[in-house]
Amino acid sequence: MDVGQMQRTWVEYTKSLFREGFLDAQFTQLQLLQDESNPDFVVEVVSLFFEDSERLLNDLARALDQQIVDFKRVDAHVHQLKGSSSSIGAQRVKNACIAFRNFCEEQNSEACLKCLHQVQQEYYLVKNKLETLIRLEQQIVAAGGSIPIEELSF
Amino acid sequence: MESCNCVDPQWPPEELLMKYQYISDFFIALAYFSIPLELIYFVKKSAVFPYRWVLVQFGAFIVLCGATHLINLWTFTMHSRTVAIVMTVAKVLTAVVSCATALMLVHIIPDLLSVKTRELILKNKAAELDREMGLIRTQEETGRHVRMLTHEIRSTLDRHTILKTTLVELGRTLALEECALWMPTRTGLELQLSYTLRQQNPVGYTVPIHLPVVNKIFSSNRAVKISPNCPLARIRPFAGKYMPGEVVAVRVPLLHLSNFQINDWPELSTKRYALMVLMLPSDSARQWHAYELELVEVVADQVAVALSHAAILEESMRARDLLMEQNVALDLARREAETAIRARNDFLAVMNHEMRTPMHAIIALSSLLQETELAPEQRLMVETILKSSNLLATLINDVLDLSRLEDGSLQLDLGTFNLHSVFWEVLNLIKPIASVKRLAVTLNLAPDLPEYAIGDEKRLMQAILNVVGNAVKFSKEGNISITAFVAKPDSLRDLHFPDFFPVPSDNHFYLRVQVKDEGLGINPQDIPKLFTKFAQSQSLATRNSSGSGLGLAICKRFVNLMEGHIWIESEGLGKGCTAIFVVKLGILERSNESKLPFLPKMPPIHGQTTFAGLKVILMDDNGVSRTITKGLLVHLGCDVTTVSSSDECLRVVSQDHNVVFVDVCMPDGFEVAIRIHEKFTKRHERPLIVALTANTNKVTKENCMRVGMDGVILKPVSVDKMRGVLSDLLEHRVLFEAM
Repeated sequence: MDVGQMQRTWVEYTKSLFREGFLDAQFTQLQLLQDESNPDFVVEVVSLFFEDSERLLNDLARALDQQIVDFKRVDAHVHQLKGSSSSIGAQRVKNACIAFRNFCEEQNSEACLKCLHQVQQEYYLVKNKLETLIRLEQQIVAAGGSIPIEELSF
Repeated sequence: MESCNCVDPQWPPEELLMKYQYISDFFIALAYFSIPLELIYFVKKSAVFPYRWVLVQFGAFIVLCGATHLINLWTFTMHSRTVAIVMTVAKVLTAVVSCATALMLVHIIPDLLSVKTRELILKNKAAELDREMGLIRTQEETGRHVRMLTHEIRSTLDRHTILKTTLVELGRTLALEECALWMPTRTGLELQLSYTLRQQNPVGYTVPIHLPVVNKIFSSNRAVKISPNCPLARIRPFAGKYMPGEVVAVRVPLLHLSNFQINDWPELSTKRYALMVLMLPSDSARQWHAYELELVEVVADQVAVALSHAAILEESMRARDLLMEQNVALDLARREAETAIRARNDFLAVMNHEMRTPMHAIIALSSLLQETELAPEQRLMVETILKSSNLLATLINDVLDLSRLEDGSLQLDLGTFNLHSVFWEVLNLIKPIASVKRLAVTLNLAPDLPEYAIGDEKRLMQAILNVVGNAVKFSKEGNISITAFVAKPDSLRDLHFPDFFPVPSDNHFYLRVQVKDEGLGINPQDIPKLFTKFAQSQSLATRNSSGSGLGLAICKRFVNLMEGHIWIESEGLGKGCTAIFVVKLGILERSNESKLPFLPKMPPIHGQTTFAGLKVILMDDNGVSRTITKGLLVHLGCDVTTVSSSDECLRVVSQDHNVVFVDVCMPDGFEVAIRIHEKFTKRHERPLIVALTANTNKVTKENCMRVGMDGVILKPVSVDKMRGVLSDLLEHRVLFEAM
């Protein structure tokens, strides 16, 4: 596959992610921040996001597993997760977190568990997509091309 | 040689005479000697006798007289010369003493007489004092009675008890046969018998109020004696022949709450009176004494006061009950209102976020779609979707704005802006639409219109755009002229708003904008409805036009917020209309601009500005968010230090830092602002503190302002937004983004 094709694939893939609501405009901001002085910005941020989210999801699973659920702690974790996902532009994760928070307020542990599953699902989906995207980017860079951010005209 | 009782007729007459003389002399002597003895005896007995010396003199005189007579006894027969000498001596002495005594008596007798007068005076005085004491005693008794009566009367606040007690006590004190109280009826034309002492249930006797006897009683504040035959006194059935006792009547003023004005004492001129009638027992010889009448008068006054107290108390109890009811009702209403407001706020909070997100998605994706390759019909469909969704987004924003305007939570974002450019932008925006409708739009800015002004640029533009937009919307042809000038004080007094007296000052001026069109015009009757929400005139021409009817309402709110007025004039349908509004704007004084000496001068255009060297602290406990924001700031050229707790932040912060960004979702987000204020007391040493939050509600913003933050920014932040924020912040040192 030549660079141009890879670039086109990348563009299409990215657009599809936006279309399907996995990512929102915030992600574009991230991509804009990546320049010569900071070439791995997106990768760094995304990896940080993965680490953070996995840790938070584990904590959430543990907290909800208790006999007596400490909803304050659960809410705090979800809040963190919502913050991270909205900063990075992971829209669906963020929306799932919002719904999760509402149930936390109601102190409905069953619903919270369901929400947790939902969040986890969304997270894995977006993780998958982002990993694919990053792999594509790395391939382009390895092939000597550059990431055509300008083509994502919004 | 006593005379024997036998009568001797043989005696010669001279011897008889001499005998008698002899005897009388003897007795005289005896008497004369016993008188002083008696005197001495009695004087000794009595303690008070001031004239002892006189007594001695008198005694001496008497004794000598007695002695003379005694010695005389010897002179009846042949007596010796000695006897004669003694007799002479005695006589001489007697003469001396008697003369002395006579002389003395001249002095003494007036004294004695005066003693007598003094005695008389004293007796009179004593009698007087007795009388007076009698009086005082009666007065004191009266006083006691009054006090007791008053005490009885005042110990209760119940009107009936007061009156009954009065009658009972009076009856008892004065030993009355009957005591009655006549009260005026509601109509005020009659007196009705309300209370009596002896009779249990007084039948409703009434007496017209304008009887002469009644008038006489009412016109005097003293107790008045009345005839037992007058209708007021004829209460009891006339049983048997007896002399009815004397009757006295007194008025009892009925004081009203309204009598007690704050500034003057109760006037007793036009008042209602009740009448109290007191009857002495019949067949007794008793008469009304002055002190008894006084007692009655005093009691009547006391009763009046007690009654008025009772009346006041009744009124105040009634008022209090009423107030309590009202309070309960108000409380309920308030709680209901609060619930409604809370519900509305909750709704708004949800809608705010939830409505905007999908809208954003729709708009974003439709515009994305527009960029792709589409068939012409598809393109048309996408454009319609885009237009409709834009309209919907505007509508949502309008509704949310209006709700916020209504509950007063909207505040103007004051800032310095270019006034002229606002108008040119409006013109640019409206020109395309106007040219499609073949309308000519002219803009006329007065030469004295300041170039820069302080106010809410966005909302001013919104208002102008709305008004001009309406002019374009409702015109089919002709010319639309926009004029803007500084309103002069005399022209400010508009006939429409006589209460609106805008006074320009050194810091402010009034901008007047007039938009005149030659379009459809408005029926003068409909003009007041124009500014009502959701109301639209139902004329045929406007049915096709879009719009929710909110535009002018929002416009009016904005104009009012800017302390101005907006109104529309039209001569009628088909005659075009003119929309005029006046708003208050601040005058920009060059000296107010704050320059930051340690920064390179920043031109206020939003281009490729970098903030090289700007030292920034970023406090955020979320790793991802922190990295991203840091990346953003670094991209803009800032020198960023990241911290994740308020202690760390305070350790690191110094005078050299320019801005501190704080994520206020952190627990100690607000605390760090307070601590920074404590650390840097001088304003120019302190870095600017800006809050980053994803929360759009008013409470967060208020909390930020309260802890002394210089600005609030909504997350997520884009590069452009951050750039704009930083330049605004550094220029104005304050930024509160409209939420």
